Amino acid sequence: MSDMNLTLHIWRQAKGTAAGAMKTYQVKGISEHASFLEMLDVLNEQLQEKGEEPVAFDSDCREGICGMCSLVINGRPHGPDAGTTTCQLHMRRFKNGDEIYIEPFRAGAFPVVRDLCVDRKAFDDIVAAGGYVTANVGSAPDANAVPIPKEQADRAFDAAACIGCGACVAACPNSSAMLFTAAKVAHLAHLPQGQPERLRRVKAMVTAMDAAGFGNCSNHYECEAACPKGISKDYIALMNRDYAKSVFVAKDAKAVSDGAG
Amino acid sequence: MNLDARIPSGPIAEKWNRAKFELKLVNPANKRKYSVIVVGSGLAGGAAAATLAELGYNVACFCFQDTPRRAHSIAAQGGINAAKNYQNDGDSIHRLFYDTVKGGDFRAREANVHRLAEVSVDIIDQCTAQGVPFAREYGGTLANRSFGGAQVSRTFYARGQTGQQLLIGVYQALARQIAAGKVTMFNRTEMLDVVTVDGRAAGIVVRDLVTGKIESHSAHAVILATGGYGNVFYLSTNAMGSNVTATYRAYKRGAAFGNPCYTQIHPTCIPVSGDYQSKLTLMSESLRNDGRVWVPKKAEDVAKASKDPGSIPDEDRDYYLERKYPSYGNLSPRDIASRAAKEACDDGRGVGPGGRGVYLDFRDAIKRDSQAKIAEKYGNLFDMYARITGENPYQQPMRIYPAVHYTMGGLWVDYHLQSTIPGMFVLGEANFSDHGANRLGASALMQGLADGYFIISYTLGHYLAGINAATGKVGTDHPEFKRVEADVKGRIDKLMSIGAKGKRTVDSFHKALGHIMWEKCGMARTKEGLTEALKAIPALREEFWQDVKVLGERETFNQSLEKAGRVADFLEFAELMCQDALEREESCGGHFRTEYQEGGEAKRDDERFCHVAAWEYQGEAKKPVRHVEPLTFETVKLATRSYK
Ligand SMILES: Cc1cc2nc3c(=O)[nH]c(=O)nc-3n(C[C@H](O)[C@H](O)[C@H](O)COP(=O)(O)OP(=O)(O)OC[C@H]3O[C@@H](n4cnc5c(N)ncnc54)[C@H](O)[C@@H]3O)c2cc1C
Ligand code: SF4
Ligand code: FES
Repeated sequence: MSDMNLTLHIWRQAKGTAAGAMKTYQVKGISEHASFLEMLDVLNEQLQEKGEEPVAFDSDCREGICGMCSLVINGRPHGPDAGTTTCQLHMRRFKNGDEIYIEPFRAGAFPVVRDLCVDRKAFDDIVAAGGYVTANVGSAPDANAVPIPKEQADRAFDAAACIGCGACVAACPNSSAMLFTAAKVAHLAHLPQGQPERLRRVKAMVTAMDAAGFGNCSNHYECEAACPKGISKDYIALMNRDYAKSVFVAKDAKAVSDGAG
Repeated sequence: MNLDARIPSGPIAEKWNRAKFELKLVNPANKRKYSVIVVGSGLAGGAAAATLAELGYNVACFCFQDTPRRAHSIAAQGGINAAKNYQNDGDSIHRLFYDTVKGGDFRAREANVHRLAEVSVDIIDQCTAQGVPFAREYGGTLANRSFGGAQVSRTFYARGQTGQQLLIGVYQALARQIAAGKVTMFNRTEMLDVVTVDGRAAGIVVRDLVTGKIESHSAHAVILATGGYGNVFYLSTNAMGSNVTATYRAYKRGAAFGNPCYTQIHPTCIPVSGDYQSKLTLMSESLRNDGRVWVPKKAEDVAKASKDPGSIPDEDRDYYLERKYPSYGNLSPRDIASRAAKEACDDGRGVGPGGRGVYLDFRDAIKRDSQAKIAEKYGNLFDMYARITGENPYQQPMRIYPAVHYTMGGLWVDYHLQSTIPGMFVLGEANFSDHGANRLGASALMQGLADGYFIISYTLGHYLAGINAATGKVGTDHPEFKRVEADVKGRIDKLMSIGAKGKRTVDSFHKALGHIMWEKCGMARTKEGLTEALKAIPALREEFWQDVKVLGERETFNQSLEKAGRVADFLEFAELMCQDALEREESCGGHFRTEYQEGGEAKRDDERFCHVAAWEYQGEAKKPVRHVEPLTFETVKLATRSYK
């Protein structure tokens, strides 16, 4: 139950265009009940007291849902616990005297903004390419007009649980965004509302993903292991199937606009 | 100050329809000639930006997170209300309207609340069409659950992450408009001031949080949907970045602030564990559907109950909500449940470290329905609780305590959602409109989406129809923009120059402010306490402007500087809150003045305070003026709230 003293090795980089390096800090008196980010808050207070600039890192909800926090801890995106975001990791997972390595989510498509903060706008671009249902306000039928079997709604939900954090990309040796894109594709592919644009969507999203500079998938599945929301790699297979279909039917443009499949 | 609420005439149930017919329209071909600024990409702002773009307006949308999909709405857990009556349990638009007016303790505008109840049904249809995966029954229809302050099941939900699913729906619609070129999105950009020209909103001044550059944007109209200000208390359930800057800056430029003291303290949050604590975590109200709230009957049992709650037999437990409010029981409204928890702890019967906690116990529900059933309903909340506390809530009850959660107060708006600055509209939690002195659970998501999807398109159209598209927008080279930019830069310069020598960190000031607010302007407020706070806050603010430490440079990504600006605004705004709380000499909803109670319940004073307090800024170091918009209740009879 006693407080911890820790040695931290943290990536410092003044801005995107500057060179970065690991720097070592000692932090003292950390409670086991504190969260990992609260431990960094304490470090930042201690640094500022000494006149050093605090370490920049992203977080907002600190409840594991907004996807803003994005640290690689001891080589693992979001740290050692399965199904847990950085902000939900607690210090009782560590012990007095531990050394901890803290780095940003690295990927060519996620440039560093400063220290541990990265720019994940490439994810927005993938969604903008087609990750939606075209349904203007005013045009919706009654919500119970189309019954959706519970199992199907649950499967859509499982895919929609993705928080867009990017840990899957950071974990992948090729920096592939397949798991994220597949989650988005699968969410809408499991719902009747998603059918009319199904093939058009998958084609546009995969094209945008490639254009954003993410790497290819070579079936390592580090993504699934790192994902804090348990997004299944099976969605990648679903996306690949839909994509193959979309390329095939695209030859007949009419079939795509009719949403075959 | 003109506080005409512009409520349409006619019977309550016909007002909105009549307004929709009477409001002026902008012809479809002309819409593209107008531009609109939307600050905020949560449910309210994101929905407004997408919907206005669908109609053809040119929209610029701003948020301080790295993508619009992370707005604080994402954290909402429990659900969203709508008067669908899919459960055939007696719900109706009128009942949702009635519950909301009563739940708000008769301090909201009837006409606004009725409109909210009317459009609630369209929201569920719209979200479903977008692919929001709401919970369903085996037959494929939508499922519902109950929330506090209601005797019907009208809450739609998506496991424990309704906010994220609704926001993804909004974000998808927004992304489509971004790709179509109708919305220009500015991520990691913070609005720091409003520009008015000839008394109308003309644009905003922002800081690019990555480069630190100050820039101006102009438009025909400005919409603020910047969320609530619960973080004035430092510890709250709000996200770390939630702040008052946008609405407070607008207030300083002439927008009236409505009921700033109305704060919602949520009864079920995980208690504070230490002084490093950065935020408090909500355990959704939906848990009160199955969890029973109790403390030991006798203070002597506290030590035993804290160590082994299971060892306290039923007859020695005080299920105080069930005892005091038998018809609503564990689902009593939030303000009432929070105060009851505080009373139990003040009475020496609180459990856990520091005696600031009560139990939320699932023992009976697990016995009745099985652990698997409970896990299916609340699994992610139980996991979250276990992760934060290191305790297993399937085996022992959750420890909970009230925490600041939501702010009913906000910028004053009329029925059109327009502030007292013409051309500046305010949506979502940022306005003061629909919840009176207490918000019912699952009604904030409903209000944000009502404002953004279904209301602003009509009322903004009416405003724009009266503005010349060619001459109605001033350029950012206008001297007024230059003047406001200079103000913004001046403030940043001042923070940086004091900050380089200062000794006390921004967070330490924020914590100190939060402490004052929680003690003096929290769950129970008194004249003495508020008067003390009104001395302590200016003193703290003065120290801030002499000794705050802000390192680094201004034209870089500088999180200390961001926080310093937000805390500087909280330090001014807190005074306005306390002033409002002091002058409202009654108890209503979440505003509990210890002097005004009857049998332990809040005692309203309808003779003197059946009104909205709208505060007008008068200048640095001058007392703001309190204006009044009287509230009349024509449909729901003014009555003492009873949940017994
Ligand atoms: C933990 C939690 C659980 C909740 N659960 C529920 C629930 O189950 N049901 C329910 O109905 N309500 C719930 N609420 C309340 C509800 O989530 C919020 O009231 C609602 O989502 C607010 O939406 P909004 O669009 O008004 O603002 P927000 O979602 O807070 O969005 C604010 C937006 O404004 C931007 N912004 C703010 N300031 C600036 C600035 N200066 N410059 C640029 N951009 C700015 C932000 O970037 C963000 O995009 C919950 C709240 C919390 C804290
Ligand atoms: S798939 Fe998982 S790891 Fe990837 S962005 Fe979504 S939640 Fe994060
Ligand atoms: S800060 Fe929101 S998920 Fe971690």
